[in-house]
Amino acid sequence: MVGTAANSATVPDIDPILDVSGVTLQYKTKEHLITATYRVDFKVFQSDRFVLLGPSGCGKSTLLKGVAGFMKPVEGTMKLKGNVISRPGPDRVMVFQEFDQLLPWKTVKQNITFALLNGGKCSSRGEADDIAMEYIRKVKLERFENTYPHMLSGGMKQRVAIARGMAMEPDILLMDEPFAALDALTRRQMQEELLQLWEDTKFTVLFVTHSIEEAVIIGSRILILSPHPGQVKAELNAHHLGHENVGETEFMALQERIHKMIFADRVLEDEA
Amino acid sequence: MTESASQDGTTLIRPEIEAGSLKATEQVDVERKLSIVERISNINSVRKLTVLLVLIVLWEAYTKLAEVEELLFPPFSATLITLWDTIQTGELFEKIWITVAILVQGYVAGMVLGAVLLVFAVMSRVGSDFLSTMTAMFQPLPAISLLPLAILWFDLGAPSLIFVTIHSVLWAVALSTHVGFMSVSMTQRMVGQNYGLRGVSYIAKILVPAAFGSILTGMKIGWAFAWRTIIGAELVFGAQSGKGGLGWMIYEKGDNLETTYVFAALFTVIVIGLLVENFLFRNVEMWTINKWGMQR
Amino acid sequence: MSDITLTDGVYVRPEFVHKSLGAAGHGEVERRLTWFERISNVEPLRKFSVLILVIVIWQLYTTIWDVHELMFPTFSDTFVALIDSVVNGGLLENVWNSISVLLKGYAIGICIAAVLVVLGVTTRFGDDLLTTLTAMLNPLPAIALLPMAMIWFGLGEDAIIFTLLHSIIWPVALNTHVGFKSVSETLRAVGQNYNLRGVMFIAKILVPAAFPAILTGLRIGWAFAWRTLIAAELVFGGQVQDTSGQLGAEGSNSGGLGWIIFQNQMENQTPYVFAGLFTVIIVGIVIENFVFRNLEDRTVRRWGMQQA
Repeated sequence: MVGTAANSATVPDIDPILDVSGVTLQYKTKEHLITATYRVDFKVFQSDRFVLLGPSGCGKSTLLKGVAGFMKPVEGTMKLKGNVISRPGPDRVMVFQEFDQLLPWKTVKQNITFALLNGGKCSSRGEADDIAMEYIRKVKLERFENTYPHMLSGGMKQRVAIARGMAMEPDILLMDEPFAALDALTRRQMQEELLQLWEDTKFTVLFVTHSIEEAVIIGSRILILSPHPGQVKAELNAHHLGHENVGETEFMALQERIHKMIFADRVLEDEA
Repeated sequence: MTESASQDGTTLIRPEIEAGSLKATEQVDVERKLSIVERISNINSVRKLTVLLVLIVLWEAYTKLAEVEELLFPPFSATLITLWDTIQTGELFEKIWITVAILVQGYVAGMVLGAVLLVFAVMSRVGSDFLSTMTAMFQPLPAISLLPLAILWFDLGAPSLIFVTIHSVLWAVALSTHVGFMSVSMTQRMVGQNYGLRGVSYIAKILVPAAFGSILTGMKIGWAFAWRTIIGAELVFGAQSGKGGLGWMIYEKGDNLETTYVFAALFTVIVIGLLVENFLFRNVEMWTINKWGMQR
Repeated sequence: MSDITLTDGVYVRPEFVHKSLGAAGHGEVERRLTWFERISNVEPLRKFSVLILVIVIWQLYTTIWDVHELMFPTFSDTFVALIDSVVNGGLLENVWNSISVLLKGYAIGICIAAVLVVLGVTTRFGDDLLTTLTAMLNPLPAIALLPMAMIWFGLGEDAIIFTLLHSIIWPVALNTHVGFKSVSETLRAVGQNYNLRGVMFIAKILVPAAFPAILTGLRIGWAFAWRTLIAAELVFGGQVQDTSGQLGAEGSNSGGLGWIIFQNQMENQTPYVFAGLFTVIIVGIVIENFVFRNLEDRTVRRWGMQQA
């Protein structure tokens, strides 16, 4: 099977950035031990916009936490550039859904320099300042560099978080439903801006969402997970679809196909 | 997999994958109860009780093994025996009663006075200015420092103690409640006025419930100050007059080097404090702001 | 009337659009308030007037009714006494004595609380130990420990500092611990994501994130310590008089503010008692409104983190 695009060319063996194989993740509540994902496999390559999609309870956020190193798998391995992931580190920067991910006691610029200096990306304050300004410009927040986060709107806060993550130039950027708490118009704008940033720098991103539309727009490849516990249902391509295709037949068909995959589980569950 | 990948500009295109049926549910516990040991050690009260027991054992062992003089630091067992003695002779309850009676009188009087000041403060701007000026003045003044004056005005006796207790409660409650009233949202105020509430009924039905979190905070701080003030005042009194409640018991027994009695009295003070904070106030909290979903 | 038709139960009226809105005939859009209204909207000014009013009433009441100076001195007498004790009575020296003892206790207390809290956030046993200790000892008035402290350390500064420690450690530790525990998972994850561990994690994430709670703890600690100190000095006054029969065994004239209040009351110098109380109020206001308010403005207020 070969890709459908006209200028495609078969590539020789390359190593994935992130290699997740047979990963089972469990966590404990006060009373119970919950299995969140069961033997999940996937590979993320350089410059992928890899989306983890599934209904709530499919363990997609848990999986992202596992990749970030906040949780250890009970079986299977997760390798970043061939090294087993064992703890959190600045080579996998996470952007969260919650607005409180910015440090409220630091200004927009300080939030980014904080990351650069502590994450070991920069050793001098001047260098960190320069890089911070570069990324603040990328997300168009020059006017707010010295503002404290509580003065910013939700969309602006997420932009700062994205700028902070990208400034680290991590091997892979992890995004946990970063636009879920935004209003519809802001969300659409942020999606466009994210894709524009990707066009500029071609960073690798692992993106979690529960919106099928967002998955198709943002993703180049979509991993669909089934719920209770999370297992791989399918891996689909969406690299050729973006905002400009919304409403087109191909876009609608893919959306419908994904919808059916997720919906099929729901019906089974309801019957059970 | 990689041999069938192809490159489209910079995006790697890989063949799509679709899984057949998923059978994990039969092979793995989706959700399992934790083991008994894990669950028991997750119960906070069990762990805290264990810590408490460990501390008591350490205390007893230290005083026994190092043969610390009872006069300086009595062992736990001796303290317990003395406590039991004072309970049996009724001495302890008598002391508790003296202290608690004064505390309750002072607390209630302080709350009533505070309520009167607050009504004026809500009704008029002058009242509001008066209250904030007075609280700013008297809140930082330790109530106990008024004791010498109170003794001058009311002589040695219960009224002096009640006077300083009132002072310790009044300003804490008034300040906290006033701030709470002022931060009641405009929407809630307008709702109240919309339904025709005026004056005292407006305060009672809108402001008090809406600011109940702050009021409760004020009452807790007021209690903490009052409890410290009354014990302190009895200590100072003890130094001057020679009769009184728990604070005086601590002072007198300390003076006579009857250390086990001092420890027994301290125990009682802790127990009363725990009862008021963890039982009384916790329950009030549960029945009001927790139930209303207003706790911070 | 004839323009209106009733169609399906709705009164339908013709539409209209105004071509231009004439500026005339609207009346005043904005007007300055009167001079008096503006002055009376200045809050500090209003509060100051209230203060003056209270003082005037006090002065009139005590002079007109001829209240005995011993029971309730006039404002002017109190003021004179205040000036006199500053100039001749070594009031400032006593203030400094109280404050220096307080600062020593405060500094040591915060250090001990910090150690306890670090233990409390790093291990589960430390956490349990800290919660149990604070729950037990926070409700115990520090002053109640003074008699024991006098047995252990004798009559002197050490006994007072020991008592002060107790009044500072528990509220600070309790509030800081609760504050640390309620730092959101997201902020913790951010800290770990950028390689912060151990002490760095506490210093750069937990402390600033929990700063509102820490500040509350510091404030309560200060309030308790200030009250405990004054009470302890009063007890000392009584104790010294009780045992030696004469004042000033503590070293001439420098037992602190509480001690000076006690001494003046014993000598029936009520205006000087009032002057001492005034000083206590002033010290309290300065610390509360300058030190803590400033700290709050520079930190939690600026960061938009102040609690409601």
